[in-house]
Amino acid sequence: MKLKTQVHANEGCQDLTVTREFNLPLEFLFKAYTDAELLAQWMGTTVTKLDCQPHGGYRFETRDKNGNVVFSANGTIHKFVPNKTIVRTFEMENSPFDVQLEFLEFESLTPETSKLTMHIVYRTITMRDQMLQLPFAQGINMAHNRLEEIFKTNNYE
Amino acid sequence: MNFRRDVFQAIADPTRRAILLLLATQSLTAGAIASHFQTARPTVSKHLQILTQCNLLYQEQNGREIHYRLNPHQMKEVDEFIAPFRKLWDDRFNKLEAIMQEHMKKQNPNQ
Repeated sequence: MKLKTQVHANEGCQDLTVTREFNLPLEFLFKAYTDAELLAQWMGTTVTKLDCQPHGGYRFETRDKNGNVVFSANGTIHKFVPNKTIVRTFEMENSPFDVQLEFLEFESLTPETSKLTMHIVYRTITMRDQMLQLPFAQGINMAHNRLEEIFKTNNYE
Repeated sequence: MNFRRDVFQAIADPTRRAILLLLATQSLTAGAIASHFQTARPTVSKHLQILTQCNLLYQEQNGREIHYRLNPHQMKEVDEFIAPFRKLWDDRFNKLEAIMQEHMKKQNPNQ
C-alpha cells in the first residue's frame, strides 16, 4: 500500500511541503476547501466559520460526546484565487504552538485529476520538528492508553 | 501471493501498537501475548501474522516454543519521524478524495 501523499522536510529548515495527487477534477478538489459542509466531513471537525476571501477567515471546533471542546483552530485567509491559490494562517487554540503560514496551490493535471501542493512555514525549526513529531507522539500515547486499559481489565496492576 | 504489507498499515491498529509496546522489552510466545488481551486468540494470531509479514516481528525457536521478538531495524522505519505525519495527511486526503467523489456522483448522476 503506497502512500499517495509526499512530505518534503529538509533538515534544519522551518518549513515543509506536502504534495498529493487526487482522482478529482480541479474544481472538486478546490471545492473540498471552500464548502463548509464538505470541509467538515473530510476534516472530521465542525466548521464554525468559513469566509473564503482576502481578509476572510475560518474556525474549526471538535467536541467530545459530552460537549467539551477537545480541539479548536482558526486562521485568516490572506489570498484567495478560485481553483488556484489559498494563502492562509493556521493556529491551534489553547496550544503551545504558534501560528503557521500555509500556501496552498491547486493545479489541474488532466480533466479528471488534480494536484495540491501545500507549503507550510513555521516560526522556528524547533516548532516545525515538534509539529512533525506530534502524530508519532499521539500514536504512542494511544498505544499506552490502550495498554493501561488492558492491564486494568485484566488486573495486572 | 507474496504480498509484503505496509508498516503503516501495521501501526494503524491500536491492538497491534499495544503488541509492539509489549514486545519492546521482552520476547513472548503467542499464548503469552494473547493473555494480555481480551480479544479472541485467533484475532491476536492474525495481528501477529500481519506484524510478522511487515518484518516488525520475527519468530525465534526456543526449544519447543516459538517466541516473538521485535525487529528493531524495521521499527526505525516507523520511528522515522516524518512517517506518522505523512500517514496522517494521507488518511485525511484519502477521506477528502472519497467524499468529493461521492459528492461528484450526486451532482452528475448520469456519469
